[in-house]
Amino acid sequence: MLNFVLRRLAATVPVLLVVAVFVFLLLRLTPGDPAAIMAGDAATGEQIERIRAGLGLDRPIPVQFGIWLGKVVSGDLGESFYYRIKVATLIGQRLEPTFALATLTILIAVVVSIPLGVVAAWRFGGWFDRALMGFSVMGFSIPVFVLAYLLIWVVSLKLGWFPVQGYRRLAEGFLPFLHHLILPAITLSVIYIALIARVTRASVLEALGEDYIRTARAKGLPELRVLVRHALANAAVPIATVIGIGIAILIGGVVVTESVYAIPGLGRLTVDAVLARDFPTIQGVILFFSFIYVLVNLLIDLSYVFLDPRIRY
Amino acid sequence: MVWQNWSVRIGGVALLILVLVATAAPWLGTVDPTLFDAASRDLRPGATGEIMTLEGQVLKHTFLMGSDSFGRDIYSRVLYGTRVSLLVGVAAAGLSLAFGVVLGLTAGYIRWLDGPLMRVMDGIMAIPAILIAIAVVALWRGSLPTVIVAIAIPEIPRVTRLVRALVLSIREEPYVEAAVALGTPTGKIMFGHILPNTIAPLLVQGTYICAFSILLEAILSFLGVGLPPDIPTWGNIMAEGRVQFVAYPHNVFFPGVFLAVTVLAVNMLGDGLRDTLDPKMAKRV
Repeated sequence: MLNFVLRRLAATVPVLLVVAVFVFLLLRLTPGDPAAIMAGDAATGEQIERIRAGLGLDRPIPVQFGIWLGKVVSGDLGESFYYRIKVATLIGQRLEPTFALATLTILIAVVVSIPLGVVAAWRFGGWFDRALMGFSVMGFSIPVFVLAYLLIWVVSLKLGWFPVQGYRRLAEGFLPFLHHLILPAITLSVIYIALIARVTRASVLEALGEDYIRTARAKGLPELRVLVRHALANAAVPIATVIGIGIAILIGGVVVTESVYAIPGLGRLTVDAVLARDFPTIQGVILFFSFIYVLVNLLIDLSYVFLDPRIRY
Repeated sequence: MVWQNWSVRIGGVALLILVLVATAAPWLGTVDPTLFDAASRDLRPGATGEIMTLEGQVLKHTFLMGSDSFGRDIYSRVLYGTRVSLLVGVAAAGLSLAFGVVLGLTAGYIRWLDGPLMRVMDGIMAIPAILIAIAVVALWRGSLPTVIVAIAIPEIPRVTRLVRALVLSIREEPYVEAAVALGTPTGKIMFGHILPNTIAPLLVQGTYICAFSILLEAILSFLGVGLPPDIPTWGNIMAEGRVQFVAYPHNVFFPGVFLAVTVLAVNMLGDGLRDTLDPKMAKRV
């Protein structure tokens, strides 16, 4: 087991290295002086010189990459020229809203989609199954910001159930926090529900065709127990995998959703940084999000041991 | 046989209509989508107002979908926006397929390149697509070619993986072994024997990429980091309309509906093609 964990951990190194090279090259492949771009449009010549020295721009590209990577690994993502603070600090400040939104979204998505997928597989080919498949195609197709405005219009403006925009920190009380977060999370969860429900349906359907299901039914187990304990439990690995892959979609959705609902999180920061051409922040956010994506998928891979006792490393 | 599938029929017909709308936009009762008239600001859908042409001529015009805060005709802008969306979708899909096919064939056929190449692809896939696109557009500033390239880059690894997997199974087929035994050059085996057998799954994949590209272009424009605001795209119309969303929701809803219907049509076409052309893939969800 330890051996597997170490090997799996080692496998993330090249992936993260490619991410780092991509982020590094992003700035080097741009026409123009990287130091001037880093410093922003309003920088003085002295500031540009300081950045040039810090980046080692007079040295060969591989050496520059080494210097930059060394800083990144030690947690120094540079300084945002727009906000005038360390990028790492900036990311820390914006973490709570994004983390809260993502967690609530995943929670809603898992609680809703897995039962839907199981029922659809159980009643394969019936009206419920076809309705869910139809919903799933729609869920993939409706853009998250269109859905966001539709929900704001109906639920916030017409019904007045939720605030139109804004965010409350958890420190300001749990209920206002949840009240502001629930609509964005529902918006964001739709595509995730479509994705997980589809995979749940397919993998439960496959499990339901196995001999042990017939055995379970033959020995008179209640149908619910057959579905949950036997079919769903055996479908757990693909479901966990798709939840992990879906994190990439979730991150993309976070960027859009935070922008529509005016949530001051990392997604909003990304868009603001691009509009201000704040490259240190753009680089930092991309590195951070990619790291989270790799980390979550690593944890999911490791969780297979618990999800499927047949898997032994 | 493909045409008997209902998904293909519905998606295909809807797309055909959209292509016709995009082509015939100037003759469908539209005005120049960039024209604005201060007297016709914020009109409700269906209202009649005036719009001044570049020659200074004032036209009576019915604003079928209302007007925006500059007094531009939303109907004209939405119809012309169809052109941009379809163009970006097809171009980005074509571009990522072209690169993905070459890289996938290379990885699948030239074995020593397989490891390094696929590690690079894994790395790029670890960066969420929208972030790659945003970063690339931020660097080279938004223009039509930049946006297309920015959207195509994150899709290349997915195509590469698919092509590589296909090549690895096809290269074990007896007809490839025969070609190798006859001394056929590697290039000819790759493009003459292996590539034709990857076309059906690639067509399906290309359709999905097309749908995602249309979506991503709209997201970039909506966030203000895509095409410049003077080009009428669905995302740009929504970005301008969102400020006044509470008072004038039509600015957001009309382009939104067009966008959702287009993406749905392309996705349905993709699902239908997958079910009919590629039964193996259909079983894999």
